[in-house]
Amino acid sequence: MIEIKNLSKAFQTADGTVEALKNVSLTINDGDIYGIIGMSGAGKSTLVRCINMLERPTQGSVLIDGCDIGSLNGAQLREKRRNITMIFQGFNLLMQRTCLKNVCFPLELAGVGKHEAKARAYELLETVGLPDKANAYPAQLSGGQQQRIAIARALATNPKVLLCDEATSALDPNTTHSILGLIKDINEKLGITVIIITHQMSVVEEICGKVAILDGGSVVEEGAVSEVFSAPKSDAAKRLVFPESCEADEIITHTKGEKVIRVVFNGAKAASTPLISKMAMEKNITANIMAASTKSIGDKAYGNMLLGISGEEQMKQAVEYLRSVPDIIVEEVED
Amino acid sequence: MLENLFASDAVAEAFEIVKTEFPLGLWETFYVTVLATAFAIILGLPLGVMLVAGEKNGVMPLPKSLMHFLNVVINLLRSVPFLILMIMAFPLARAIVGTAVGTTASIVPLVIASFPFVARLVESSLREVNPNIIEAAQSMGASPLQIIVKVMIPESVPSLISNATIAITTILSYSAMSGIIGGGGLGKIAINYGYYRYKYLVMLLAVILLIALVQIFQSVGTRLATKADKRLKR
Repeated sequence: MIEIKNLSKAFQTADGTVEALKNVSLTINDGDIYGIIGMSGAGKSTLVRCINMLERPTQGSVLIDGCDIGSLNGAQLREKRRNITMIFQGFNLLMQRTCLKNVCFPLELAGVGKHEAKARAYELLETVGLPDKANAYPAQLSGGQQQRIAIARALATNPKVLLCDEATSALDPNTTHSILGLIKDINEKLGITVIIITHQMSVVEEICGKVAILDGGSVVEEGAVSEVFSAPKSDAAKRLVFPESCEADEIITHTKGEKVIRVVFNGAKAASTPLISKMAMEKNITANIMAASTKSIGDKAYGNMLLGISGEEQMKQAVEYLRSVPDIIVEEVED
Repeated sequence: MLENLFASDAVAEAFEIVKTEFPLGLWETFYVTVLATAFAIILGLPLGVMLVAGEKNGVMPLPKSLMHFLNVVINLLRSVPFLILMIMAFPLARAIVGTAVGTTASIVPLVIASFPFVARLVESSLREVNPNIIEAAQSMGASPLQIIVKVMIPESVPSLISNATIAITTILSYSAMSGIIGGGGLGKIAINYGYYRYKYLVMLLAVILLIALVQIFQSVGTRLATKADKRLKR
C-alpha cells in the first residue's frame, strides 16, 4: 500500500516560490492500477517523482507498506527504488547499450551476476514480446518497441510498484493501446501496483480502476474511474471529462418554441442501445440532439446530452420514456 | 628564395637530412604526442567528471569552494601561453624526469598545458548526456559512482572519442613548439634547419609530415567515433 500524506512541494525559482504540490493525500492499494490525471503543469510529474524521492517533498510523507521512504538514507533509498521502478515518456534507454544490456542494467546495479542477469533479461524480453531484439540498439527500434524494452528493464528487479510517467504520451493510439494492454497484463499476472500519470483521458478509461484528478497542485477529485468520470464535480474534472461540455445557456437562445431537456447518463447500460432512435420509433417522439458529450466506459454510458423537443405533450412523454431506463437522469432546462 | 628552395644541391641535401633525421623525429613526435595525451587524459578525465558531477545539481555535488578552486586553476593554466608555460615548467620537469631539456622532459609541460584543456573537453562531452537517462538510472537505484561509470561515461563515448581526437591533434602541434626548448621531434627538425640554418625545404617537409600526422589522427578518430555511436541507425 502506498500512502501519500499531506505532501507539498515548492520550487525556488528566479521569480519566487512555485508551489507544485499542495497538501496532496492519496492512498493506493496493492494491485491497483491508479491513474493520476491533470493538465500540463498540474504537478503530476512532481507527484510521481516524490513517490520514489527523485524529488524531495517540502512537506509531508510517502509511506510504502508502512515504510516512510523520505526518512531513508542514500543506500537504503537506492535499495528501495528497486521495488518502485519507473517508465518514462521519453523511454530513457541507454542508447549505447543493446536492448539486452539495457534490461540487464538494473540487475547490474543491484550486483546480480552476469549470467543470471542475462537469463533474466531474456525472460523479460520474452514477456514484452521482443526476444528477437536482444542485440539491437534502442535507436533501431520504434517508439513502442523502445517502451517495451523500458518496461522489461523496469520489471527486472521484480518491483512491487510500477510508476508510469506519461509513458504513452509519445506514442500513436494503436501503440498506446498495445502498451496499455501489456501494462494491464503485467498488473494481472505479477500483481504489480501500477501508478499511471497522464493527461490523456483515454488512458485512464482504458486501464485504471481508480483515478485522482490533479489541478494546480491539489487533488480535486478522487475515486473509482466510473464514478469520477460519470459525475465530475470539480471544474477541473469537468474540463477533463467533457472538454466540450454542453452548457445549456449557450444553446438555448437558438431554440425558440422547443423545450430543452438534459439527459444525464450515469452509467446507464445504454452504450449499445440506440436510445434516441428507439424513442423516435417506439413513441414517435422526434428529439433534436442539440449537444452531446457522452462516453462509453465498458458497456456503460456516461455523460450528458441536451435534447430539444417541440410540444408540451411530446416532452412529457419523452421524459417519462427516458426515465424508465435505469441510471439516466432527466431534467428540464429552464428557459 | 623559391629558386634556392628547389636548387639541385639544396634538394639533395634536404633528402639526405630527411633520410638521417626524419625517422627519429617522426618517432619522437609520435611518442611525445601519445604519451602526453595519455597523461593528459589520466588527469583530465577525472577532473572533467568532477566538473559535471560535482555541480550543485550534479549526481555527486561537491563543496562549492572546491568547484570554484578547480575552475580557477583550469582557467589559469589554460590562459598561460604554451611557450611561457614550458619555461615555467622547467623545475617540475627536472623534479619528475631529472632534466628540463630533451624529448622526455618536454612531456611534462605538454601534460600541464593540455590536461586542463582535456578536462574542459570531457566536461562538454558529459554535458551532452540526456539528463533524463541519468534520472532513469537514479530511479533504478544507481549510486552516484555507478551513474558516472555506467551511464555518463559510456553514453558519451562517441563524443569523448571525437574530443580525444581534438586533444591529440592540439598536443601534436604543441609538441612541435617544444623543439624550441630542446624537445625532440619534427618540430625540432623544422626549427633547427629552417629557422637556424635557413634550410627551408627541410622545414617545409617537416611541416608536411606534421600535417599528414594530423590528418591521420583526425580521420582515425572520426572513424572510431562514428563506429562507436550506436545512436546512428545502420
